[in-house]
Amino acid sequence: MPRGGLASTPAEARQVAERLGGACYVKAQVYAGGRAKAGGIRKAATPQEAEGHAAALIGSRLVTAQTGPDGVPVHRVLIEEALEIERELYLGIVVDGGAEAVVVMASSAGGVDIEAVAREHPELILRQVVDPVVGFQPYQGRRLAIGMGLPAATARSLARQMVSLYEVFIAKDCSLAEINPLVLTKDGRMVALDAKINVDDDALFRHEDLAALRDWSQLDPLEAKAGQAGISYVKLDGDVGCLMNGAGLAMATMDAIKGAGLAPANFLDVGGGAAAERVSLAMSIVLQDSGVKRVLLQVLGGVARCDDIATGIVQAMPPERRGLPLVVRLLGTNLEEGKAILRQSGLNVRFVDTLLEAIEALQELQPAPSTA
Amino acid sequence: MSILVNKDTRLLVQGLTGHQGQFHTAQMLAYGTNIVAGATPGRGGQTFQGKVPVYDEVDDAVHQAGANASIIFVPAPGAADAILEAADAGIRLIVCITEGIPALDMVKVLHTLREQDVTLVGPNCPGVISPGEHCRVGIMPSEIHKPGRVGVVSRSGTLTYEAVYQLTQAGVGQSTCVGIGGDPLVGTTFVEALALFQDDTDTDAVVLIGEIGGIKEQQAAEFIKAGGFKKRLFALIAGLTAPPGKRMGHAGAIITGKAALASSKIAALQEAGATIISGPAYIGETVRRGMMGHG
Repeated sequence: MPRGGLASTPAEARQVAERLGGACYVKAQVYAGGRAKAGGIRKAATPQEAEGHAAALIGSRLVTAQTGPDGVPVHRVLIEEALEIERELYLGIVVDGGAEAVVVMASSAGGVDIEAVAREHPELILRQVVDPVVGFQPYQGRRLAIGMGLPAATARSLARQMVSLYEVFIAKDCSLAEINPLVLTKDGRMVALDAKINVDDDALFRHEDLAALRDWSQLDPLEAKAGQAGISYVKLDGDVGCLMNGAGLAMATMDAIKGAGLAPANFLDVGGGAAAERVSLAMSIVLQDSGVKRVLLQVLGGVARCDDIATGIVQAMPPERRGLPLVVRLLGTNLEEGKAILRQSGLNVRFVDTLLEAIEALQELQPAPSTA
Repeated sequence: MSILVNKDTRLLVQGLTGHQGQFHTAQMLAYGTNIVAGATPGRGGQTFQGKVPVYDEVDDAVHQAGANASIIFVPAPGAADAILEAADAGIRLIVCITEGIPALDMVKVLHTLREQDVTLVGPNCPGVISPGEHCRVGIMPSEIHKPGRVGVVSRSGTLTYEAVYQLTQAGVGQSTCVGIGGDPLVGTTFVEALALFQDDTDTDAVVLIGEIGGIKEQQAAEFIKAGGFKKRLFALIAGLTAPPGKRMGHAGAIITGKAALASSKIAALQEAGATIISGPAYIGETVRRGMMGHG
């Protein structure tokens, strides 16, 4: 680890920088990668400069390739000593569906362009598959280290650190752990300049301490609200609001919408059995996006009855948006009762039976005039 | 004939006594599935609908009720345990519906099952249905299916229903529909399902439904090119226009490189001779027209 400290104010940043002496980096602490290219990691030659960078970052929203267009808020920065770097390496551990195992990866081409390296020169990514019974072994770590061109003595100590990282990965139910870059300094030290771990959401039930650390303010407010209810929502920039069940069908339907020359306002998978109250909450989330001018509601074969879903939709519709065109495709128990409820609600509903009809209906619909 | 499930399937329901287990057990019974037992620890001695005995242990369901297949509705924290209990009791087909099993639990399960003669379908899948055999081992809506000679294998739940709905509307019946599940770590993959369909004399063609992420579609393409599957294949890949996922770190993209993209999967399957379905609204029509020339 490089020397450094956290700061929540520019003054604290200056104090940390003074303590470190010499040049340092000011790093925005957010839930996203791609920070360096987005200006979230800045070099400062003096404590005064560090204070200035901290003042610019703290309280701002950082937009990187991995965030939405609104970015994520920066509450704190990390002040870290600037090192004289000889080489940048990459270390990563991931649960790999292809190998059906945990795989430890290493590359001599670490740094900000590691994804490009993986695409263009996959041979530079070395990997070792881990047997879950015996765990990651030191020889596998040495093999990776020597493969990256490190001298044998360095390889031995790095292998020990890889084993430790693997043990943390297992103990904390991670889906990803990576050190990038792992740098070799000019004075022969090995330093982890940046590290990330992702904890498997599905395993949080047995890690209450980790679950409590989640900072929902790092997510888009609507995405956070949806996520807390088990709804998967991603805001996009079109005008067709989408409320669907099943990630695969939702993705495929968005392909069809785009193929017809329209643009989805969001991805939304209501998830887990499509219960009526979840559909209602999902509808209110979709409608909070003022860019939505027409909506496709498509719930097929969920556990909820169609009449319950219909009631939930009617309740979720705010008075000022009752004219919004709704294309509705439902399949399930009590379908006719559900249709009757929507028909009698006074909402602007068009029922369709097939995906093709749904797309055609969306194309024919004039978007509702914007409501003041 | 069909694959995986048929008239000889004697089904055990693990987690029968929960809400989802009861709902779908009733549906499966109504479809004609031969359900011989349930298993929930602590609920042994009960019966479901007055006819399906519930046991505490899977071992008893196998030895006393003769179960030879199992469907699992056990909640995620106990699901890996339920899979391993079924395998240990000698069940040879295990269909796991449960969603949200920790990935590291599945790493251990798949490692353990690799050395055993067990077929696991799922987890996080809709299950398996053979309409001509009146055998449903899953949570799919029964009424959209129609007996016939086209197999369906898919990573997605609701997109499978969409595909089957369109096939039936187009007059194309199904031999067996298999939802392999959307998680990175699943038991049966496209390759294993295609191998079973190849050997099934009542399947003429297969519809494969894939999506972005992972390399399972490419593995299917390699299997076909190596001669493992020689029947007609129609393929749809979902997620062509999906925005790049928001994520932290790089390892997901690094492990698969370009293979995770929909375009890479389509290219691989096309090269293997599959007919690519141009969009999700055209599944039924594409297969109907394709099958006319190959009656």
